[in-house]
Parts: sequence; structure tokens; C-alpha cells
Amino acid sequence: MIEDEVILSVKNISKTFGGLKALMDVSFDVKRGEVFGIIGPNGSGKTTLINCITGFVKPGSGHVIFKGREITGWKPHRIAHIGIARTFQIMRPYYSLPAYKNLIIPLWSPRAKKIGGWRGGGRHGDRDTVAVDILEEIGFERDSRVPYKIASTLPTGYQKRLELARCIAIRPEIIFCDEVFSGLSMSEIAGMLPLIEKMKMDGMTIIMVEHRLRELFRVAERVMVLNFGEKIAEGRPDTVIEDKRVKEAYLGSEGV
Amino acid sequence: MEQMRKERVDRGLKVRTEGIYAISSYREMAYLLGPRLFFILAVLSLPFILDLAPYWKRVINIMCTYAILAISFDFLANYVGLVCLGGAFFTGIGGYLSAIFNTYLGMPVYLSMPAATLGGAVLCTLLLLPCLPLRGVYFAIVTLMYPLLITRVIEALNIFGGTNGMTGVDSLPNEYVEHYLVILLSLLFLFGMRRFVNQDIGLVLRGVKDNDQSVRASGIDVTSMKVMAVFIASFMGCFSGAYMAHLYMWAGLSLFALDFSIIPIASVVIGGGGTLIGAVIGSFILVPLSELLRAFGTFRIVIYSVALTAFIVFKSEGIMVYLQRKYHQFERWVKI
Ligand SMILES: Nc1ncnc2c1ncn2[C@@H]1O[C@H](COP(=O)(O)OP(=O)(O)O)[C@@H](O)[C@H]1O
Ligand SMILES: [Mg+2]
Repeated sequence: MIEDEVILSVKNISKTFGGLKALMDVSFDVKRGEVFGIIGPNGSGKTTLINCITGFVKPGSGHVIFKGREITGWKPHRIAHIGIARTFQIMRPYYSLPAYKNLIIPLWSPRAKKIGGWRGGGRHGDRDTVAVDILEEIGFERDSRVPYKIASTLPTGYQKRLELARCIAIRPEIIFCDEVFSGLSMSEIAGMLPLIEKMKMDGMTIIMVEHRLRELFRVAERVMVLNFGEKIAEGRPDTVIEDKRVKEAYLGSEGV
Repeated sequence: MEQMRKERVDRGLKVRTEGIYAISSYREMAYLLGPRLFFILAVLSLPFILDLAPYWKRVINIMCTYAILAISFDFLANYVGLVCLGGAFFTGIGGYLSAIFNTYLGMPVYLSMPAATLGGAVLCTLLLLPCLPLRGVYFAIVTLMYPLLITRVIEALNIFGGTNGMTGVDSLPNEYVEHYLVILLSLLFLFGMRRFVNQDIGLVLRGVKDNDQSVRASGIDVTSMKVMAVFIASFMGCFSGAYMAHLYMWAGLSLFALDFSIIPIASVVIGGGGTLIGAVIGSFILVPLSELLRAFGTFRIVIYSVALTAFIVFKSEGIMVYLQRKYHQFERWVKI
């Protein structure tokens, strides 16, 4: 692997929703294997930025380049297929299915079939076994009943983990996490942090949108700050938070 | 006074442990297979039982035809999330195609029916392709319009026999072929679809119903999944249509009648949605019922509607869901 290889390059993305400027000329680069944070007050365009990159919203202008290849405006399933996974801020598991059956869907995807390589799984392996393996990795106790419960009956903490597991199942190169910590208690977050670190150890590049700055700064190497759709700062967490414009943007909002 | 509460308890069989099947004794196998075998044997023996009442023998064919349409509706609505009111569209296309193949091209019945089923499914899928991005009620309305549209086209252009329809369609060889063709195919579709929806690919379709955004984010093309589902559903519907064309030896505009869209839905409501077998049971109740009510003339619609409304209000879960619960669980009163 090349040191400091830029895996994702976002250039001058803009997006307007009927007059509302949700994103203005946002650019940033992410290096392979790093944890990159995106922060900003509510409504500053973080989710819209993820949507533009992952194909759920067509950017008005600008370019998204993944491993040197232009992917701007591709359909979401094609973008996922080449290795960019995402969670949803408003998470909706497949409610009517048991937790482990939720993972059959990503495991059935052309990408998962092509890559295979899950223990005992792979192209012709038993997907149920692989699904339970993944859930165990992400913190579902294997011998308990939790992995077999219907997804709608799971507590929020487990639903968030399930959302992450759904991403991991397609073995992506990049994962976008949209506020996976929000709505969780301190101890639940403490339980999730090692998962993020483990995903990083496994070689995934992680881009985290977060409100919980203290927790984010424990894992993120660099962060970028959005405010009213504009990028106002980028750099190491400790320097960014001292930035005058960042302090102004956060003043009076939910804060650190 | 002591307060009592109704408690539901799962029957103590291993086969019931949430999705993991562990069949360990003949008793458990009988528990699983019993109801299925009973149902299959009962349906298969219908033509012989009804030898006693010849008028009702024809009802078997219609019952099974509607059962197939109801399976098709239940599959699309409850396993893929596409509420398709186009049952009449499928029967019409299938019926007309089979009649065309049979009378214009001179294909024998055993070729025209499969060709119409397959060709009709392809045609219906292609025609429905533009509607696939529509959701919920919009998809429902558009699919409801399709049969109306085609009847107007046939009327206006006066093609395929115009309002008189196409006569001279070959009949099926004999009465027993008529019965058993449709009985065996409805059983085949029923058990085939039950197997299909529980396979991994069936789960993906259910994922599309629950949350299509997540399916997209997993790298699966939702549109192609919907295309496949619509193809399967229209395949079943077109078979029903082709069968009816040969049964009545005629293909006319009434193959596009609203009944073929509405009665399957009512059957699914009565039988219990999302069970597939409920769809069959529902049509086995509704079709004979509407035959019985035929004596009342147009007033039967009133009786029919009242019965349906009462059913939805008092037993909205559907017969099959209710029976399954009673079969797998027992209830008892306990003190609080
Ligand atoms: N699909 C949409 N249609 C119209 N406006 C939208 C849409 N998505 C987001 N917005 C608007 O764009 C702005 C940015 O929203 P969002 O990206 O969700 O912010 P964040 O995730 O940072 O809280 C908000 O003002 C929001 O109302
Ligand atoms: Mg957001």
C-alpha cells in the first residue's frame, strides 16, 4: 500500500434544494486507512454531503473521485458495489426480519458474492453462519437470543450496531457513519469505540459525521467543520476546535 | 376479585425455536407435515368429492384460478411491497395471447398456454417497467389503469375480435385435465413461492419492501429485483388468463374485468396477508360464496361487501394468521 494514498477526493461539491444552499463548494481529501471526522451544527449539510458522495442525492456541481476514478452521479448501488458503504442517520433495519437475517441482504449482494472470504462463507458458503459471525464481531453475544430477535424489537444500541454490521458485510473500503453515536448512552458509546478502532485496524477508511465531539476526537485523526453548507476549517481535532470561526459556529448550539 | 390474564404459550416443540429447524422425531415431523398433507390431499380429491354435485365442479377451476391470482398479489404486496391492482391486466394479456397463438398461429393447447404464460409475463413486465419507481398507492393506481387502457384500445381499433372477443379457441382435452391442470399448478405455485420467499433471494425482496434505501446502500440494484418480482407475479397471472381462455374457449374483454384485480385482494385480506396459503384459502372461501350468492342477483354485491367489512373489522389478521397462532401456541388463563 502506498503511504498517504488519497482514496477519496471530493472537489467543489455544491447542492441547492430549491433556493436553499445546502452545500457550497466543499472540497476535501481522505487518505486510505484514516478516520476522518465531519462536524458542524444541525442543518449544516453533513448528511447531504454523504448523500452526494454515495449517490443518494445528485450533486449540483463538483466531482467525487474514488481511487482515481470519477464516480460523480453514479447510482447508489454501483457506488456501494465498488466499496463505499454508509449508515443512515435515520436508521431503519429490515424490521420484519431477525437481526441475523438482516445481514443476508448485504451478503447476497454482487460485491459480497464476488469478494467472499468470510470465514466458512464465501461464494457458496452458508450465509446464515457468516451473518452470525459478523454480528458476533460487532458485539452481539453469539449464544444469547439477541442475534435471532426480530430487528424491530432490538434496543437502539443494537440497532446501531446492526446498521454498522450491514455496512461491514459488503467488506467496503470506505464506511460513512452518519451520527452512529447519537441517541446512545455514554457506556454504549464506550462499547462502540473499540468497534470503530477495529474496523480501522482491518484496513477500512472511516468517515464519521458526529455531534459527540469528545468521543469523535478519541478516534478521528483529522476533522473538517461545516457551517451553513460551507467548509470553515480542517485539520487535527485539537487545532480545529481552537479555530475562531469554529467556536463562533458552535457558540450557542449544542456544543462540545 | 382476582384478576386474570390470558397467556399464550408456544407448544413445546423444537421446530418452533425461531427459524432454526431441528426435526428430531416423527412426532415433530408429523406436526410440521400434517396440515400440509391434509391440505394437499383435500384439494386433490375435490374433483371426486364433487362428482356428487356436478354444478360445483366448474367452481373448482375458478377457485383455483383466483387462488393463483391471489398468490401473485400476496407475493408482490407482502413480500416485495408492490401493491399491484393489475390482476386483470395479467389475465387479459395471458388470455388474449393464448387465444392468438392458438387461433391465428395454430399452436396446439399444450404449446399456446406455456407460450402465452411466458410471453405474457415478459410483455407485462416490459409494460410495467416505467411504473416500477412509483411507490405505494401510485403504483396501485397506475396498475389499476392498465387493463382499462387496453380494453379501450381493443375496442377502439376493433382488433382481436373487438367487443365480441375471439371465438374458436381450442378447449382442454377433457374435464379431468381441466381440473387437475389448475389444481396442480396452484399447489405448485403455492409451495414453490413459499420456498422461494424464504430463500436468501426472497429475503432480499423483503428487504426491498422494508427499506429499499438500505438495499441500495448494500450494492444491490433495487429496480432489477422489482423487475424479477413483477415477472414472477405476472407469470402466474398470465397462466390464469391463458387457462381461462381455453376453459371458456373464448378470449374477450371480460378477461380484463375488474374482478380479477379485486377478488384476489379480498381473498388475501380474508385469508391473511403474507402467508401465501392464506391467499389460497381466502379464494376457496370467497369464490364459492359468490357462487352461492348468485341467486340474489346484483344484491349479492351488498351481502358480499357486508361480509367482507365485518371480516376486516372483527378478524383483521386473516384466517391463516389466526389458525397458525392457534396451531403453534396454546392459551391459558393465569392470575396476575
Ligand atoms: N431532500 C431534501 N430536500 C430539501 N431540503 C433538504 C433535503 N435534504 C436536506 N435538506 C436541507 O438541507 C440542509 C442540510 O441538511 P442536512 O444535510 O440533513 O444537515 P445535517 O446532517 O448537517 O444536520 C437542511 O436545511 C435541510 O433542511
Ligand atoms: Mg444529518
